[in-house]
Amino acid sequence: MLDRLHDHGRARRLFRRRILFAALVSLLVVLTLLGRAAWLQIAQHEYYQAKAEKNRTRVVVLPPERGRIFDANGEVVADNVATYQVQITPEHSRDVAAELDLLARVLDLDQRAIEALEERIRVGRRFDPVLVKADLDEVERARVARLKPWLRGTEIVSSLKRVYPYRELMAHVVGYVGRINAEDVKRLDPDAYQGTQYVGKTGIERQYEDRLHGEPGYRVVEVDALGREVKVLETVRPVPGKDIALTIDVGLQGVAAAALGEYSGAVVAEDPRDGAVRALVSRPSFDPNLFVDGISHKDYQRLLTDPDRPLYNRAVTATYPPGSTIKPVMGLAGMQYDLLDPDKPFFAGPYYQIPGNEHRYRDWRKWGHGWVDFKESVYRSVDVYYYDLAYRMGIDRMHEFLTDFGLGRKTGIDLPNEASGLVPSRDWKQRVKQQVWFPGETVIAGIGQGYMLSTILQLADMTSTLALSGVRHAPWLVASFDQPREPRDRLDLEKDDYWDRAREAMRAVVGHKRGTAHKIEAPYPIAGKTGTAQVFSVAQDEEYDAEELERRLHDHALFVGFAPFDDPKLAVAVIAEHGGSGSGTAAPIARKVMDFWFDVTPDADVQPEFSEYGD
Amino acid sequence: MATDRLQSTPLSQRLGGTLQSVFKLDPILLFFVALIAVIGVVAGYSAAEQSDAWVERSVVRLALGFGLMLVVAQIPQRWFFAVAPWLFAMVVLMLVAVWLVGDMGGGARRWLDLGVIRFQPSELMKIAMPMTIAWFLARRPLPPGPLDVTVAMLAVMIPTVLIAGQPDLGSSLLIMASGLFVLFFAGLSWWYIGGFLALAAAAMPVMWFFVMHAYQKERVMTLLDPTSDPLGAGYHTIQSMIAIGSGGIWGKGWLQGTQSHLDFLPEGTTDFILAVYAEEFGLMGLVLLFVLYLAVVWRGLWIAEHAESVEGRLLAASIAMTFMVYVLVNAGMVLGLLPVVGAPLPLLSYGGTALVTIMVGLGMLMSIRTQRSFLGHDR
Repeated sequence: MLDRLHDHGRARRLFRRRILFAALVSLLVVLTLLGRAAWLQIAQHEYYQAKAEKNRTRVVVLPPERGRIFDANGEVVADNVATYQVQITPEHSRDVAAELDLLARVLDLDQRAIEALEERIRVGRRFDPVLVKADLDEVERARVARLKPWLRGTEIVSSLKRVYPYRELMAHVVGYVGRINAEDVKRLDPDAYQGTQYVGKTGIERQYEDRLHGEPGYRVVEVDALGREVKVLETVRPVPGKDIALTIDVGLQGVAAAALGEYSGAVVAEDPRDGAVRALVSRPSFDPNLFVDGISHKDYQRLLTDPDRPLYNRAVTATYPPGSTIKPVMGLAGMQYDLLDPDKPFFAGPYYQIPGNEHRYRDWRKWGHGWVDFKESVYRSVDVYYYDLAYRMGIDRMHEFLTDFGLGRKTGIDLPNEASGLVPSRDWKQRVKQQVWFPGETVIAGIGQGYMLSTILQLADMTSTLALSGVRHAPWLVASFDQPREPRDRLDLEKDDYWDRAREAMRAVVGHKRGTAHKIEAPYPIAGKTGTAQVFSVAQDEEYDAEELERRLHDHALFVGFAPFDDPKLAVAVIAEHGGSGSGTAAPIARKVMDFWFDVTPDADVQPEFSEYGD
Repeated sequence: MATDRLQSTPLSQRLGGTLQSVFKLDPILLFFVALIAVIGVVAGYSAAEQSDAWVERSVVRLALGFGLMLVVAQIPQRWFFAVAPWLFAMVVLMLVAVWLVGDMGGGARRWLDLGVIRFQPSELMKIAMPMTIAWFLARRPLPPGPLDVTVAMLAVMIPTVLIAGQPDLGSSLLIMASGLFVLFFAGLSWWYIGGFLALAAAAMPVMWFFVMHAYQKERVMTLLDPTSDPLGAGYHTIQSMIAIGSGGIWGKGWLQGTQSHLDFLPEGTTDFILAVYAEEFGLMGLVLLFVLYLAVVWRGLWIAEHAESVEGRLLAASIAMTFMVYVLVNAGMVLGLLPVVGAPLPLLSYGGTALVTIMVGLGMLMSIRTQRSFLGHDR
């Protein structure tokens, strides 16, 4: 106890010494700062006095021009357009009030606006220009220009505004720029963004911000004692941002959007030979021009609360059950794991039962399909065939094979917010849901339902891989920079014949007279697969509208395909939300896209029509 | 509770203030802080181009800040230490959360979005750090042994590294300093201190090559040659030095500064307000201001010396010296002695978050001053 008291006293004395030391150090710090101030303000005073009085220079930032964005054929999809504004510099004006009066008449300014301007002129410095009106149209510009002799203090200055000429069509690819906000300021280099108004917020505009932005320049000007610019001492020109060329073909993009018609949904078309994305459509869309100069609260609320969610990218951010479109890949997995002989007939009844279990997994066709081989199981989309295959394969092998195919992981496309989708596994369910895997879940995973989710971009990617028998490319959107055009990897199977089997079965989907997509048979050979993604529930908060409810309960229609069969040049994936069936709705949309690409006159017979028979 | 009330009576009688009978506060500290705040409004009015609206906003903010300080001063100091370790643990978790899921605005991940509010856990850490280290060391024999030093150093370095990685080097250094000050006042052996200094010197090249971002290096380089970067940090430094130097001994007079009013000086009301003040009030103005700052620091140290509990002592001393570091970092930057980092000048720079942190710190000082616990040392 005494020891502790003694220690305590010792610690106390030590503390006092440290406090004194700290007090001394803080005194030294203050003396150092004051010493420095005295050096500047006494010893160097004359020097700085002279600098302040005589050598007044000011640096004026010259922001760089943002790079433009073109499509594959050189069409401008994001442009910089000059806009004009009127400003008035009080000291150049003979009679500010008279000038404002004149301007008010030619520019239709109301009394409130004029009063606000007068106030700003009163509090501002006489040589600082005051903005009178922005975004002049041509008539206003002409009027002001004509009155110039009587408007000494008024001038028209131009600035650049970002414009998206294709509006809704390219919004989900190009994205948009917006005013730099407090959030952006934190991630941007403040020096590089001095004087810049815009920064990329979404899409390509955001992804390639660094290249599009450029570097600011500056002008060193001498100003007089009042701050008026006297002469330019030095100019460093800004380095404009780099232009970007997309792989997208706006023509194809437009055809794809039109083909979707009234459906919400997405179309992705890519060149399987190098992964170049030729069309990436998500509908409904929005006008990116609204965002450029700050979207109004009303417009933004409208976009956010729209039940069709126009801001949502259905091609890369939304995920859907891939449905029957994965059946060819399932077949490949079956062959690879030696679970399936493609020539061996299989009896497909109206339903499947797990051995020793009562539950019936139904085929879409109530009375079943009878004896079918692998090819027929694809072109007639026999569910029971895949229930059985999936059960024998087990979820973990399925997970392994589908993941190798690129499902359940990001494709790496150069767009922000890509979703990775989901290929479930025992391990995933344990980790995320803390539940064991049930065999029944394997069965429905075999036809792309249940937990399985993928983006439409992934389905296009999967189709490309099938088209090229295992040669895989990462999809990409920007052609300007050194993109790897070499295949990313190659998927090798036990026998190359497996690829041929799967591809031929896909060809039969369109080519065979009983194929689910036979009605889109075209002058060039198309191969593909139809599918439906089940819609389970209707959101609670939606207003009850019998017809609308009816529509929203319909399944999503899917189609994936490539053409020409022998030398694939285009792979397409389509989803039409609530479209009913892949064969009736989605396949004809893909056909229209392909027709345009292969320069074939559209066939009037293949208009998308709502139909509900299964696939 | 009863002891609190008993002891507060003789205290207020001795100081004779009427305020203290209602509020617990330290009138001397309050006086100096209020004077500095008045200087801040006077200088800010000039820097903000004599905008009445600015003065209004600024006075409202200061009033809220002083209110906050007084509220904190009413909190019994043992409450701080009761929550300190939990607060610390929570903030470390939040920092990890920011690191993992934080709102990634491209480069800097500093913000944690909690739905309604978004805030920087690093700002909370500025308060939690000295509290926690003081709480920990006060429970150990002092001066601290090697094991306790190691534990305390870990507690200092983990948040420091997490925040430096955000990247927010300025905050991380301030937070590290506040923790190290506690260790210093706890009686850390000079051998350790020497060792740390050597280690820090050795770490500098590592920081330079592996940790610091290009723009941060640039700011250090421009200190050596401000003319090399006329658009960025160098420009600020040059203009700031011209403004100060041209002010001379007596200054150009209030509202008469030319450099600040002609927009030569960027961020006149925030990080560079000292330059505006020095141009208009000259060296004499600076002497007055720095003496006031020194007075706040010394009063803080005096409070520490007279605090009865060990942790109160350590916390008060750390708060006082951290305040000194704030002044040094900002004034050093404005005077062209230190690199340009976005650090505010306490009570003068216009900014909400920094003001809150500083007022909470000063409130704690007052709490430690007025709620002396005679039971404090019987650990």
